[in-house]
Amino acid sequence: MTPAGEAWRRFRKHKLAVGSAVVLGLMILAVLFGPLFWTVPIDEIDFTARLQGPSLAHPFGTDDLGQDLLARVLYGGRISLAVGFAAMGVAVTVGVLVGAIAGMSKGPVDVALMWVTDLFLSLPQLPLLLLIIYLFRDALADLVGQELGVFIMIVAVIGLFNWMQVARLVRAQFFSLREKEFVEAARALGASRVRIVVQHILPNALGPVIVAASIDVAGAILAESTLSFLGLGFPPDTPTWGRLLFDAKDNLDFAPHWAIFPGLAIFLTVLTINFVGDGLRDALDPRRVQ
Amino acid sequence: MAQYLLRRLLIAIPSLLGISVILFTVLALAPGDPFEELATNPAIPPEVRLALRASLGIDDPVHIRYFRWLTSMLQGEWGFSFVSRVDVDQLILQRLPVTLIVIGSSQILALAIALPVGIMAATRPYSIFDQVANTLAFVGFSLPTFFTGLLLIMLFSIHLDWLPFVYRAQIDATGWQWWWEHIKQSIMPITVLGLFQGAAWTRFVRSAVLDVVRLDYVTTARAKGIPERRVINRHVVRNALIPVVTLVALQMPAVFGGAIVTEQIFRVPGIGSLLISAVLANDTPVIMAVTFVFACLVIFFNLLADVIYGWLDPRISYS
Amino acid sequence: MGEDDLRQMIGRVKNGSLSRRGFMRRMAAVGLTAPMATQLLAIAGAGSAQAQGSVPAYRPTRRGGGGQLKVLYWQASTLLNPHFAVGTTNQDASRVFYEPLAGWAADGTLHPVLAAEIPSIENGGLSADGRSVTWKLKRGVKWHDGQDFSADDVIFNWEYSRNPAVAAVTSGSYRDVNAVKVDDHTVRVEFAQPTPFWADAFVAATGQLIPKHLFQAFNGANSRDAPTNLRPVGTGAYRFVSFLPGDTLRAELNPNYHMNNRPFFDTLEVKGGGDAVSAARAVLQTGDFDYAWNLQVEDELLKRLEAANRGRVNIVESGGIEFVQLNCTDPNREIDGERSHISTQHPAFSDPAVRQAMALLIDRNALEQFIYGRGGPATANFLNNPPRFTSRNMRWEFNIARANEILDAAGWVRGRDGIRAKNNVRLRFIYQTSVNAPRQRTQAVYKQAAQRAGIDLELKSVTASVFFSSDVANPDTFTKFYADMQMYTTTMPQADPQRFMNQYVSWELSTRANSWQGRNIVRWRNDEYDAAFRAAESEIDPVKRAALFIRMNDLIVGSNHIIPLVKRPTVSGSVNNLRHVLSGWDGTFWALQDWWRET
Repeated sequence: MTPAGEAWRRFRKHKLAVGSAVVLGLMILAVLFGPLFWTVPIDEIDFTARLQGPSLAHPFGTDDLGQDLLARVLYGGRISLAVGFAAMGVAVTVGVLVGAIAGMSKGPVDVALMWVTDLFLSLPQLPLLLLIIYLFRDALADLVGQELGVFIMIVAVIGLFNWMQVARLVRAQFFSLREKEFVEAARALGASRVRIVVQHILPNALGPVIVAASIDVAGAILAESTLSFLGLGFPPDTPTWGRLLFDAKDNLDFAPHWAIFPGLAIFLTVLTINFVGDGLRDALDPRRVQ
Repeated sequence: MAQYLLRRLLIAIPSLLGISVILFTVLALAPGDPFEELATNPAIPPEVRLALRASLGIDDPVHIRYFRWLTSMLQGEWGFSFVSRVDVDQLILQRLPVTLIVIGSSQILALAIALPVGIMAATRPYSIFDQVANTLAFVGFSLPTFFTGLLLIMLFSIHLDWLPFVYRAQIDATGWQWWWEHIKQSIMPITVLGLFQGAAWTRFVRSAVLDVVRLDYVTTARAKGIPERRVINRHVVRNALIPVVTLVALQMPAVFGGAIVTEQIFRVPGIGSLLISAVLANDTPVIMAVTFVFACLVIFFNLLADVIYGWLDPRISYS
Repeated sequence: MGEDDLRQMIGRVKNGSLSRRGFMRRMAAVGLTAPMATQLLAIAGAGSAQAQGSVPAYRPTRRGGGGQLKVLYWQASTLLNPHFAVGTTNQDASRVFYEPLAGWAADGTLHPVLAAEIPSIENGGLSADGRSVTWKLKRGVKWHDGQDFSADDVIFNWEYSRNPAVAAVTSGSYRDVNAVKVDDHTVRVEFAQPTPFWADAFVAATGQLIPKHLFQAFNGANSRDAPTNLRPVGTGAYRFVSFLPGDTLRAELNPNYHMNNRPFFDTLEVKGGGDAVSAARAVLQTGDFDYAWNLQVEDELLKRLEAANRGRVNIVESGGIEFVQLNCTDPNREIDGERSHISTQHPAFSDPAVRQAMALLIDRNALEQFIYGRGGPATANFLNNPPRFTSRNMRWEFNIARANEILDAAGWVRGRDGIRAKNNVRLRFIYQTSVNAPRQRTQAVYKQAAQRAGIDLELKSVTASVFFSSDVANPDTFTKFYADMQMYTTTMPQADPQRFMNQYVSWELSTRANSWQGRNIVRWRNDEYDAAFRAAESEIDPVKRAALFIRMNDLIVGSNHIIPLVKRPTVSGSVNNLRHVLSGWDGTFWALQDWWRET
């Protein structure tokens, strides 16, 4: 059996992970194709139906302008999920790269990379965000169009502010793992450096990376709402999940449904991604005895 | 090791300088200025605004402003806030105690939750306890602090009327009463921050312990008949602490830097709220001072983490 | 009511056949009640502008004993020198300790504080040619440190504020006037031109007086070093206890206060920070605090919080207006590197039909009813207050069908995507504003209606600190106006429209040449408007002057380049038993000495 097949076999045994993968897949399908079936416009203002609880006409209720929340949650899910996954991808890729290189090299390379990490950790995010957006917004919009430009910028910004934790975690794991017996053994057998890293050390260092990745998805979805609240993200009428939650908060005691559905959506995403992550880790774990 | 430390400490000086250059440039180039309210007030002639900008030196070239800042910083002068015209070090010192207490306690709370729960969950993976702990952790970090904070306010301040939700740094009371009032108003901010942090940390601790539990030497130790508790404490936890130390070291500077959102919700006069209002008002001297101290702490704690790795796992070498 | 009737009536007040109250009541009946009304009387030589009954009665019969007064500001004050106060929060915080010669009551009348009386022609305070005002100071007033307050202090404030080295924010009120000490308790303010609005220097927020003996050593570049900047010593009803910049201000009763039986409260705490909604909760829902400032919260929410019956919402009229600007210039063309250059014309808004359609497409009724509530009554005018300056000629209407007709008639044809176009100009506009929940709601409402008329609005929101900055390098500031439309509130800090209506004169155009500091942001030019403004600047006759301002309002609103949406009165919250004296023409604490609690 191939290693991939073996991993798939192990993954399938992890019932929670499989179930979560199914739920996550359904959610992605829903936000992709849901708007085709639920055709209520996301921005149809109806002052006669403000802050209504769930009903047949509005299964998720309405917000303070009488806009349909189901349509908004579905539409916003596309952006939130895309931003969440893409930003997590950026953060994890950069983090693993920086961490692995720093963790394998001793001396100046490690020092230089950790300097960059420290720099990013200490940069004040808000002024930097304002600066980045002010410098690149129009240029990017001219290059790839308004919406894609904003998307790229948000993903880049969130990703570039979140890789440091992954980098430090991976580096620490590498420090510890590179001295372990099995790595020594591989080295003694004449395995190349890259091979040692990719085959022996990295898989063992993935535990915290997977946890960080799953936390980062939630972080990115929420970070997007902070950005749009600052006027830095998508146009103000784009109903992303984080934004919906933020708008809903002041009416929590009168219209809880407004907050519950986007909140639940974020929670479900986080929950399923984490279980899938657990399953993946178990499946990829080279030491798993069973 | 000592040599390594010395080298790192020496490198820290130019790297801090480098960080300060980048920080300053970012702040100088970032849009905005401290006179937002003047702009919409027709009673204030625009020349006044321009004169103010000039008198604060905002219109000078960046490098000149930087060297002005650096030379006064080297002489121990932190500069003064554009907005309140108060010395920056004074502003920070006023807010330091509250920040240390509130954010510090929340970090301790987070650790106190994450370590035992994470270890327990990892030693019994997929047990009921593990599942419950995991689910609660997911709830913890999928809800933003602005939301959980509000939820707590609704429940404990408005519905039950047990706790105040406006933090007051000065309380007119003495003795036990004083303590009681302070504890009452600190409970909610500490809980909100501690639970959010604790939820994420729990997941990390669980994962780290799971990684180690399966290692050969643990199995060997078990096979030798060493009691489970001792195996866990001696062999597992110590090795699993490396990622935990990394995370805690990453979080420590925040004890100084404050927590912007939570401080805002509960009106805690910490450094986070100082920083955000300074950022929103483009009050460069304040932002510069806070972020610079923050940068020093980042470098220091990450260095400290590197030292602790060596202590936790003696095989780690840096030479 | 014509000019002659008014003159006749003023004459009757002068000869005593009509009381001041009666005069005010009649003016109110014809919509002429005004903050300027008493000034009008005063300048026409009819009695003191000091109003009777414009401030509610103060009942407590002894000083102190009121316990603590707790006030919540969701923006925190950062310094306590009124001459450096960049915003309302700081002006208000200084007002706890410092007092001006007079303040503005809610009805726009002047109310003496450190002045013995309000200047008028009878008492010799006002010169008939409008070139000087003489203030008599109250005697026996002491600073909190026991020193006597005198004319020297008043003159010092004039010197201090106009000194460029001090960089005072208040300098606008002092640099063009001359202040002369007549004797220890008399000061004369002299103007170069006849000045119809004479009550600016030493009055209200910018008129707060600081003590000479503590600040004279700091009248220069070292102004920042004055220890008194953070430990104020004033003449007010409360004296300083402690101050944490950006957080809490604490004060206690001043036992030597110059007004009898005042103040009522023993201590005062002003807590800052947080957000408006939770501030409203802390007063209206839980009663933890007594008063919450500036509740910019959707009215629906305020009503729900009021249902707890612990507190009430106070709405006080002022001159603030939320409005939309339709750019006169083209934001998408660069001339010499400058966008929205005054030599360009907006490709779509240069057509009056488009502007008229835009004005028909905003549902002000919905804004008032569902978004702003009591905090934003719909209006057709730019200049709404004081009432004697309110035009009755303007109407607003929300009518999508008519907007469509107008656009059809003007030749704007719907394209395949439903967006109208003509000569390659598409009706697609960038509509920017600052980040603020009601503004984003308004954007959404406007966008939907515009869509139905074949106009596509692209919404943009900018962080307030960036939008309202004077940063020359930043393209997103409202003064640059690199967008087709924008929306914000402009405030009117004085009960006189002169400084308010200069927003549309041609010499105030916002351009790169003046670093975009010009006040005419929409870049509208009109000779008749310019002439009317010039005339109003030195028109001593109050009635003619009011007519000029009304004409200016009609010109700018009639052009449809600006679309007034809702008035913005000041909204605050207080617990039920608090008795306070508020005014939309002055700071929250303008009459703090008169606040008390009913038990």
